[in-house]
Amino acid sequence: MSQIVGSQIVGIGASPLRKEDLRFVSGRGHYVADIKRPGMTAGVFLRSPHAHARLKSIDSAVAQAMPGVLAVFTGADLKAANVGGLPCGWGITGKDGKPMKEPPHPPLAQEKVRHVGDAVAFVVAETAEQARSAAEAIVVDYDMLPAVSGVLEALRPGAPAVFDEIPGNLCCDWELGDAAATEQAFAKAAHVAHVSLVNNRLIGNPMEPRAAVAEHEPTTGQYTLWTTSQFPHVVRLLMGNMVLGIPQHKLRVVAPDVGGGFGVKQFHYAEEAVVTWAAAKVGRPVKWVCERSEGFISDAHGRDHVTEAELALDEKGKFLAIRVKTLANMGGYLSTFGPNIPTNLYAPLLSGVYTIPAIYCEVKVVFTNTVPVDAYRGAGRPEATFVVERLVDIAAMEMGIDKADIRRRNMIPKEAYPYQTPVIVQYDSGDPAGCLAGAVEAADVAGFAARKQASLAKGKLRGLGFSTYIEACGLAPSRIAGRLGARGGLYESATVRVHPTGHVTVLIGTHNHGQGHETTFAQIVSEKLGVPFANVDIVFGDTDKVQFGMGTYGSRSLAVGGSALARASDKVITKGKKIAAHLLEADEQDVDFSAGVFSIAGTDRKKTFEEVALAAYVPHDYPLEILEPGLEEQAYYDPVNFTYPGGAHIAEVEIDPETGVVTLLNYTAVDDVGTVINPMIVEGQLHGGIAQGIGQALFENCVYDDDTGQLLSGSFMDYCMPRADTVPSMKISTHSTICTHTPLGSKGCGEVGTIGSPAAVTNAVVDALAHLGITHIDMPASPNRIWRLIQNAMLGRAAE
Amino acid sequence: MRSFAYDRPATMDRAVALLSGGQAMPLAGGMTLLPTMKLRLSAPEALVDLSSVPELKGISSDGKTLTIGAMTRHIDVARAPEVTKAIPGLARLAGRIGDPQVRNRGTLGGSLANNDPAADYPAAALGLGATLITSKREIAADDFFRGMFETALEPGELLTAVRFPIPRAAGYAKFPHPASRFALVGVFVARFADGVRVAVTGAGPGVFRCPPLEARLAEDFVPEAVAGYAADPKTLNSDIHAEAAFRAHLIGVMARRAVAAALQPTAA
Ligand SMILES: Cc1cc2nc3c(=O)[nH]c(=O)nc-3n(C[C@H](O)[C@H](O)[C@H](O)COP(=O)(O)OP(=O)(O)OC[C@H]3O[C@@H](n4cnc5c(N)ncnc54)[C@H](O)[C@@H]3O)c2cc1C
Repeated sequence: MSQIVGSQIVGIGASPLRKEDLRFVSGRGHYVADIKRPGMTAGVFLRSPHAHARLKSIDSAVAQAMPGVLAVFTGADLKAANVGGLPCGWGITGKDGKPMKEPPHPPLAQEKVRHVGDAVAFVVAETAEQARSAAEAIVVDYDMLPAVSGVLEALRPGAPAVFDEIPGNLCCDWELGDAAATEQAFAKAAHVAHVSLVNNRLIGNPMEPRAAVAEHEPTTGQYTLWTTSQFPHVVRLLMGNMVLGIPQHKLRVVAPDVGGGFGVKQFHYAEEAVVTWAAAKVGRPVKWVCERSEGFISDAHGRDHVTEAELALDEKGKFLAIRVKTLANMGGYLSTFGPNIPTNLYAPLLSGVYTIPAIYCEVKVVFTNTVPVDAYRGAGRPEATFVVERLVDIAAMEMGIDKADIRRRNMIPKEAYPYQTPVIVQYDSGDPAGCLAGAVEAADVAGFAARKQASLAKGKLRGLGFSTYIEACGLAPSRIAGRLGARGGLYESATVRVHPTGHVTVLIGTHNHGQGHETTFAQIVSEKLGVPFANVDIVFGDTDKVQFGMGTYGSRSLAVGGSALARASDKVITKGKKIAAHLLEADEQDVDFSAGVFSIAGTDRKKTFEEVALAAYVPHDYPLEILEPGLEEQAYYDPVNFTYPGGAHIAEVEIDPETGVVTLLNYTAVDDVGTVINPMIVEGQLHGGIAQGIGQALFENCVYDDDTGQLLSGSFMDYCMPRADTVPSMKISTHSTICTHTPLGSKGCGEVGTIGSPAAVTNAVVDALAHLGITHIDMPASPNRIWRLIQNAMLGRAAE
Repeated sequence: MRSFAYDRPATMDRAVALLSGGQAMPLAGGMTLLPTMKLRLSAPEALVDLSSVPELKGISSDGKTLTIGAMTRHIDVARAPEVTKAIPGLARLAGRIGDPQVRNRGTLGGSLANNDPAADYPAAALGLGATLITSKREIAADDFFRGMFETALEPGELLTAVRFPIPRAAGYAKFPHPASRFALVGVFVARFADGVRVAVTGAGPGVFRCPPLEARLAEDFVPEAVAGYAADPKTLNSDIHAEAAFRAHLIGVMARRAVAAALQPTAA
């Protein structure tokens, strides 16, 4: 390991050990569940055991009288107090030009419960055990209704209506692209590849379950909420403004150390609002900590699409058009970003890394009696990649074209960037063929045939799977997002506070919950200002400290937050030059700044960054007539475009045909993430992202009972996470092109692993089974599914 | 978890006395009991911690049988020379239960008393035709397991030790449940001078013997003897991880692998 000392400049491209890890690995992290406030009480939610029922009555008399119980609140109490519903942050518009259906989302159920886990009551007691016992004593009279959990069933005539006022359960019938042009392209196609697929529903399961602590100070009207959030300022805005009616300046939201998010913690949840409201009601701080099993039925889920897709090709295997019909499950309510994910973050990615002249996509967004579905690492883009990359493989198999070849034939050439796709987005830079070439080399594709033979000799089936993908992240240009239905801005802010000693505190609106921002952002400042790495601290996650911010999700922290930080650092340099010019009695234009030193070109006159900082705060000799004292600058950065990371992933699997067990032997990823600030952290992000994609491809599956709407995969005994022994060592490298519009040239790397990998792994599994005539398998490719496919294929052969 | 009283008796008599009222539950490794208490699926008034009762510990062999105390941890069964020498298949089974944390806490007695339909030890006890020794009596394995989470133990009766006949050869093959890593299907085979016993766990509502496989293997104790065998799926479990037909198929595959393991006790 390289010896990097914090007293040095540690700039862009270095891999220092992560600053935050000392605290995490020594048990000194401070999470919401660690918070203790004087007089703190404990809250427990009573949740619906039924997927769909009318609430006839709630009798909490016995519970109220139990030991330690301070209060029991229900939906009726919130209604009487005029507490609002949880807002949806995106409003999409249907084919017919009408806005999506947006039913109310009360923080505690009113009139009906709409999924197993829907919160019905909140008990506050002296201890969590007392609150739990009291919750068990609440008598709820449910009038059971038929439930519907799958999208196909929910759209069938006569299906139970999740909302009485929305018969048919259709939230929005949305489209993107040119239907007529696509139709014409299909009419002249030499070959059409088709796939019907399910993108399996996932449960994010961050290591730390959600939690919230709130308190209210009646003399000032000040509220404080500590919450496990990826975006505390947005929680302040949504909850304060739209749910509880607390003025922004009277509400502080703190997201301290957060143990993983993956999207699950980037929504404003009912529990945050109820806990905050209850703290004022009972006049004491209230703490709620989600149990793991409670998380399974109350954390927003991810994915859950049913899709029919077709790819039209000419006789040479050139792509002519793609046509996609998707049914997307929204669950029982609209979560914060819910309707945006399967539409705006999905269909615009259907061009992949290819030139596809015509694209048309329809998405029906559907309500069901399940937990709300929202963004989960990748959010929409893994789903799009899966559709495109599966179609490409099926076309190659059917047309007898090599799978790498068909991709090369259709890739956007490096020189063709910026490339305008037919579906809104314009890719600024990229080199998909370069990534593929690197991956083919690193994965030793040339040696695969021999390895396949060796497997066969042992009775095993070997397969190789490609995924050449692109994604759109760095969310997002506010103007474009606004056109697409975003109800907020998507810029980011950073303040660079230089202390009189030259030490630097950065206040930034993104949130670090595992990504390593305390390290990478310090590197950016160390590089820009030439100050030692150890002299820079990053502050985030507290609305009373940080000016504003949209938080961390959509791989935006570096691409948007890092850009704001770079801009603010530049402003510090600009002001520093003015100060230095005065001190050095030179013209501002003649002052150079490099590696922490202001100097006059061609002379030996110079001032260090520390000297300039001190002068700014001790302005005895200072141009006070034209310049304010102090050295602190702020920037708000609103990107001009999305960023478009991408890459080439290759998975190699071996299948035991007797048991259907897949062993993932090798995984190679060559990714284009733009400028790399810290190679070690990029590798870590890719590693984790790929592991999650492997989880979706081979293991994870959120399953509801079709008839009852009960969650069948409601614990780790049934919900299978990827583990150390099921994830291989990976070969990870980067082949970057520079983003043309972010100040640092970075694109983002938080989600790429999860976006590229499900298709690579699934394509490898199908490749191993292709000799049996198998062209598709749904995720997860479980042993039972593979065994069943093999059985059916052999029965089919026997019948022929 | 609801509140409960806790006792850690130092003698067998005291443990039995504490349990006699029927309100207390024995606590062994706690790997099953404590999670169910946390989830409030179980709320005993008192726990009687068996960890200090000397009579429940220890492994001994008389050449014909191997006796293991109820409180012996999985890790100790996996490593004890008496076990690896006498019944290597049993040691290997114990060494693959759960994860290191579970193996360092979980016990033989706790696993058998709990009789999880997907647990590994019940297959060994039934497959080896063990005798379960309790605070009151001795019970043959064939009479002990009574379906899902049910055993012949009466309230207040303690399992103290298990006596395993030493077979000529024995092996276990497990197809792990993808999420829990219990047995989706596990097959234990044991060959004795007077015949072969085969026990299957994970596949049905409780551990069961498989007479057709026993008959085939009694003729010829080789992997090929069970080739192509698939159980009747009608009585087998079907869930989100495996349909009954898949489990039926896996019984044949695991039986074959168990026989191979029995014949090659040093491999794997
Ligand atoms: C993560 C995890 C993974 C696991 N994986 C596996 C696996 O792969 N295969 C497998 O077989 N098992 C597995 N287990 C179960 C584990 O191996 C334990 O054997 C099991 O939990 C019970 O043993 P224990 O000693 O912990 O008993 P406890 O949990 O203490 O007790 C279990 C029950 O038995 C009763 N009991 C305990 N001792 C006695 C006694 N001497 N007499 C009468 N009654 C008694 C208790 O009152 C209780 O009802 C797993 C458990 C966990 C938590």
